[in-house]
Amino acid sequence: MFDFFFNLPLWVQIVAKGLAVIAVVFPIAGACSLAERKVSAWIQGRPGPNRALPWGLGYIPVIGPMLQKLGVFHLMADGGKLLFKEDPVPGNVNKFYFILAPIIAIIPAFTTVVFVPFGAYFNEAGRIVPLILANLDIGLLGVFAVSSLGVYSLILAGWASNSKYPFLGGVRASAQLISYELSMTLSVVPVFLWINAPGQPGTLSLAKVVEFQSLPGFLGGAWFVFLMPLSAFLFLVALFAETNRQPFDMPESESDLVGGFHTEYGSFKWSLFFVAEYAHMTVGSGIFVLLFLGGWNPLPWIPLETVVGWLSGLGEFATHPLFVGILSISIFLGKVLFFIFFFMWVRWTLPRFRYDQVMKMGWQILLPLSIANLIFYMIAIAFIQK
Amino acid sequence: MAVIEVERKSLTLVERTYIPAILSGLKTTWKRMLAPNVTLSYPEQRPEIPTGYRGVPTLVKDPNGREKCVSCQLCEFVCPPKAIRITPGEIAPDSPTAHVEKAPQEFEIDMLRCIYCGLCQEVCPEEAIWLQNQYSMTGFTRAEMVNNKEKLYAIGGTLPDNHFKWDKKKSAEEHGNAH
Repeated sequence: MFDFFFNLPLWVQIVAKGLAVIAVVFPIAGACSLAERKVSAWIQGRPGPNRALPWGLGYIPVIGPMLQKLGVFHLMADGGKLLFKEDPVPGNVNKFYFILAPIIAIIPAFTTVVFVPFGAYFNEAGRIVPLILANLDIGLLGVFAVSSLGVYSLILAGWASNSKYPFLGGVRASAQLISYELSMTLSVVPVFLWINAPGQPGTLSLAKVVEFQSLPGFLGGAWFVFLMPLSAFLFLVALFAETNRQPFDMPESESDLVGGFHTEYGSFKWSLFFVAEYAHMTVGSGIFVLLFLGGWNPLPWIPLETVVGWLSGLGEFATHPLFVGILSISIFLGKVLFFIFFFMWVRWTLPRFRYDQVMKMGWQILLPLSIANLIFYMIAIAFIQK
Repeated sequence: MAVIEVERKSLTLVERTYIPAILSGLKTTWKRMLAPNVTLSYPEQRPEIPTGYRGVPTLVKDPNGREKCVSCQLCEFVCPPKAIRITPGEIAPDSPTAHVEKAPQEFEIDMLRCIYCGLCQEVCPEEAIWLQNQYSMTGFTRAEMVNNKEKLYAIGGTLPDNHFKWDKKKSAEEHGNAH
């Protein structure tokens, strides 16, 4: 099967891989909306969505009612509703840009997946091969470059709505995202300073970061969250702000902006914004996991190689690339899903900031902290790597 | 009045990062998530109705199965939103309850008008109309929301009665000392 796949023409391989990734990321982004409802319900002490039940499935003895209780079918119900309900376009808006905005929202959110390695396997020589759609050296830079385009959709939606609240939401979104983009980028620079030793070809590849975290030895096997806790924290805070999640959901902030940039949007166009937000969240937490939490390595100081070595005692299958690939992908996905849960968990814990607090935090606290952090690690790494 | 000087402690550096507060908040919400639900799944689970609850007004029968209402129309007069309409009727002379003389021929309560004030229950000399614990009266048409006599008795059922006023009146009549 493996040989068959690699003997296919290159473009077929690329299309197949791309479709496989889309087939995973799309449902995750969609299921997040359901998970959000469920998690918020649990935290608020209520059962949450548990009614939808397609005809006939309720008669399956144990599984049917259980799936109904979990609200699994609400995914379909929500999707169907958002697709088929009336989708009004207000009369006084610029229709072209109004419809363009949600489309623009979804493109960068899903494009960034290209740069994210989501697993690895070992080739015949025992070298680690990351599973990634485009294994480019610009890796993280590509993610930042493309994902920051997402803010255009918010501005465009706010402006094209031709209404005050969405406009304010769009303006606030642009100001917020710029403020946090800076500290986000600065907080990951120490990681790349660490992995790029002088004299060697430099790289910004995320796969290289994970490979670095699976090296033997104390410093090699440590995840970067232990080596650079402040960087990880700053990156996480900036990630919250970048993905417009509470407590930084200033662009939406229904307490003072009704619905923010999407006040005038309904049904499917609205849902596109939300799928984009969740896709952003998925990719963002994926990047956090890759940079600071060891990517597809199961535990700190226990890289994937060691685990495969242990499992190979059980039989031949353990070293098969397919098995290793699935194992690494599920470890990585598990971490990502935990982070998506963490985003929701934080949402129901922290109150929303005021806009001036958001600005103050971005420019007066996070940015100086990330610069200080960068300088500290520059000096420290210079001493260690000498 | 004594003046107490309250010392305002400034936050320590750790407290000013808010991280301990955030972590304890996360702990609280985590515990809340694992705790059992506090809500009811409404149509399956019903809330416990306290005694004396004033729900939908109903008509009740006494333990002998006789309708208590004597169509005196006090409730109809007292009803503030004029939701009650009684058509008085006679009891047939050959009926075993003929000594009561009167019973409603038709008794209608328009639930679209009823305000659940309970004045009908207060005023009823026969304790025939009771606001019981049914609280969700719904229907698809306006006509459905008018409870007729049959429906009122179906919802009301029978309530215990300690007095048996009309039985006493009947036996008194048989012994020749009515009134």
